Amino acid sequence: MKTLDSFTKFFFKNVIYFVMLIIIIVISVLSPGFLSLGVMRDILMQSSVRIIVAMGCMFILVIGSADLSGGRMVGFTGVIAGTLAQQSAYFLKYWAGLPELPVIVPLLVSMAIGACIGGINGLVVSKLKVNAFLATLGTQLILYGFTNLYMARPPNNSQPLGGFLPEFTRLGMGDVFNIPFILMIAVVCMVFVWVLQTKTNYGHQLFIVGGSREAARVSGINIFRVEFTAFLLAGLFYGLAGALEAARCGSAGSNFGNGYELDAIASCIVGGCSLNGGVGSVVGVFAGVLIFNLINYGFTFIGVNSYWQFVFKGAIIIIAVAIDVRKYASKS
Amino acid sequence: MNGMLVELKNIRKFFPGVRALDGVSLCLEKGRVHALMGENGAGKSTLMKCLFGLYHPDEGEIVIENVSHHYLANPKAAMDAGISMIHQELHPVKTRNVMENVWMGRVPCKKIAGINWIEKKNMHRQTLELFRELDIHLDPDCMVRDLSVSQCQLIEIAKAVSINAKVIIMDEPTSSLTDAETKLLFDIIQKLIGQGRSVIYISHKIDEILAISHDVSIMRDGKMTGTWPSGELTENLIINRMVGRDLADRFPPRRHTSGGVSMSVSNFCSANPASFQTINFDLRRGEILGIGGLVGSQRTELVESLFGLRRLKSGSVTINGKKVKIRGPLAAIKNGLALLTEDRRGSGIIPGLSLIENTVVANQAAYTKKYAVGGFFISAKKKKADAEKYIDVFSIKTPSVRQEIQYLSGGNQQKVLLGRWILTEPEILLLDEPTRGIDIGAKFEIYSLMEQLASEGKSIIMISSEMPELIGMSDRILVMYSGRLSGIVNRDEATEERIMYYASADRGGAEREAFHENA
Repeated sequence: MKTLDSFTKFFFKNVIYFVMLIIIIVISVLSPGFLSLGVMRDILMQSSVRIIVAMGCMFILVIGSADLSGGRMVGFTGVIAGTLAQQSAYFLKYWAGLPELPVIVPLLVSMAIGACIGGINGLVVSKLKVNAFLATLGTQLILYGFTNLYMARPPNNSQPLGGFLPEFTRLGMGDVFNIPFILMIAVVCMVFVWVLQTKTNYGHQLFIVGGSREAARVSGINIFRVEFTAFLLAGLFYGLAGALEAARCGSAGSNFGNGYELDAIASCIVGGCSLNGGVGSVVGVFAGVLIFNLINYGFTFIGVNSYWQFVFKGAIIIIAVAIDVRKYASKS
Repeated sequence: MNGMLVELKNIRKFFPGVRALDGVSLCLEKGRVHALMGENGAGKSTLMKCLFGLYHPDEGEIVIENVSHHYLANPKAAMDAGISMIHQELHPVKTRNVMENVWMGRVPCKKIAGINWIEKKNMHRQTLELFRELDIHLDPDCMVRDLSVSQCQLIEIAKAVSINAKVIIMDEPTSSLTDAETKLLFDIIQKLIGQGRSVIYISHKIDEILAISHDVSIMRDGKMTGTWPSGELTENLIINRMVGRDLADRFPPRRHTSGGVSMSVSNFCSANPASFQTINFDLRRGEILGIGGLVGSQRTELVESLFGLRRLKSGSVTINGKKVKIRGPLAAIKNGLALLTEDRRGSGIIPGLSLIENTVVANQAAYTKKYAVGGFFISAKKKKADAEKYIDVFSIKTPSVRQEIQYLSGGNQQKVLLGRWILTEPEILLLDEPTRGIDIGAKFEIYSLMEQLASEGKSIIMISSEMPELIGMSDRILVMYSGRLSGIVNRDEATEERIMYYASADRGGAEREAFHENA
């Protein structure tokens, strides 16, 4: 009885890894070619941008807030980065007089814009006390509007952006020793977030604010600063993701990043974050992102109608939350 | 001022509709335990929250070690000024471990390259040292979600002590502690005053106060009654000064008499094994039956189960000689039950809606049936008339029936809720802490309404944590201890000691009741 109990505990704690394992086993039994380094590399590469978006989203979920602006922020910053990374020879170059910039410039500009918008989100939520769900819904719409307005300017006239510098696209598609650059960047992001959240005082404060706002308040924690910084960091990650997504796709359009925020929230929740805040781990979120991309890629690989992906993803979200609720129930 | 650590001068604090603090002054000397007493709602916690920076007083002055403040901006400012606080309501962060909860917001850090890095080993060591010093046996790495309420309370105590404050405010620190843990806390307090620190100690437990405090300040209705050395006080004197009037004047004259049995409950067992078990009792017509017991004795769970809100394992209810099954609130209302919940703000009033809507909400079915046009529409005129009737009968103070309920004072809200239930024409009223958080004058009005209802032959069950209320209003008092019926006290033998005797341990009241039934 006791061992059974501890096994159930172990199982529920690590259920996401079991699910991942089952998906991999089932797909590779149906199509043995799935278990190859090339496929795994592709899946990780496809996941990289999503990992970065999810890392940003995780800050928001840990403090028990909400952010719907992530996807459109990826779109907006991606489009801006794209226009800064075009070749001079390209006939539809957005900033015609602009010289060819080093790759780092669009990357940094994109991150800076993301951080600014994130900071505004943080001010609106934490200072003006606008409900986070609605505030970021507003930001989302505003950004979509600005993205389209930006794209509509001549000479672009709402065409998808193209003609990127080869160094820029190499950032998104190239590799060293068969390890994609973009994956390396995602890993650096994960290590950064992990260190920040587990080793620093700010990380401690993030989890305390998310766990109990009242406790944080009576402990003298500056809640505004913690929340504001969380939104700012989230924006920074969305900005980075935007530039990388443009580089990875080799183009950028106004519908870029659409729905990424919901995918990111779902990955975080499946990976062990709670909408109530106060919990979450980088490894869990990584696994959450990976599960969804495994389904994406794997289902196509074995030739299942791709709409089944949605059915599976939806079911996994519901089951993950149901298990999460049980975890909380067993506490009291 | 010599030796004065803290002086509160003429503090005033207003909340919408309530004068919470009305010119309160308090002087705290160095190395003393200063008890602060008063009934619920007297303003003790509000005063302490002003001192800890959680509230900003509207008027007055806070002097800490000869430094004068108009107010303290936030808890951080209070802690910097040398004040820490154990809060009445605990806020553990359950998803983090014990040491992070102890050092919340003050984690030992090392600054490298502008970033504060947590020194986990250092934090672990400091936690162990602190626990050793305080004789607390907890694992610093343990998740707080796995701890009991009393263990969380110990963490809170350790946290407040570790701030190294000159003044430690303890707001009901023993409410969930066992006797052994309370003794541990008293030892800690002795150590603290030995180090020249001071403690402000809020408690309702008079024996505790007399045992550990040097000075006792007593508050009443947002005012300071006075401060006395505890050696000059006795239990009776304290009660007298807290209440400010004789018990006889606090309750309306008793006119009601009990009749035959209206409801009997037998072998009531909750589906939750940690909640109440094997509860048996009878309720009579025109009787006010009090339910006493400490926090956590499962009184609320019992009445909510009677009302069909919680699941039962076994047990039966007989109303007017007929066995009834109550599966939910709707069935309960149909069987003539009404429940005034403990949490007025959470499950009582519906903020944002008018007095009318708040009054008629439990009675919707009756409106469509009786007064509706074609059985579909609800008559707005009838609703308004009903609401106006209770405003009149209960003398509810409001500018209009269309006023949104949240703008009324607590006492008036409670009267609206009573009106809501009386509209459903109940035979049995379950009142859970009916006078919690309302001022003394409004309490008297609620008592008068209860008296009137009982003399009309209605049966009332009243849960109360206030001893004078239990003793002053009840015909009989069921006392619960940790989910068991520990004893039943009749009106003529009801004293605080007797109730505490049953409330502090299981005295086997179930058997006692069975014995009476046979005799």
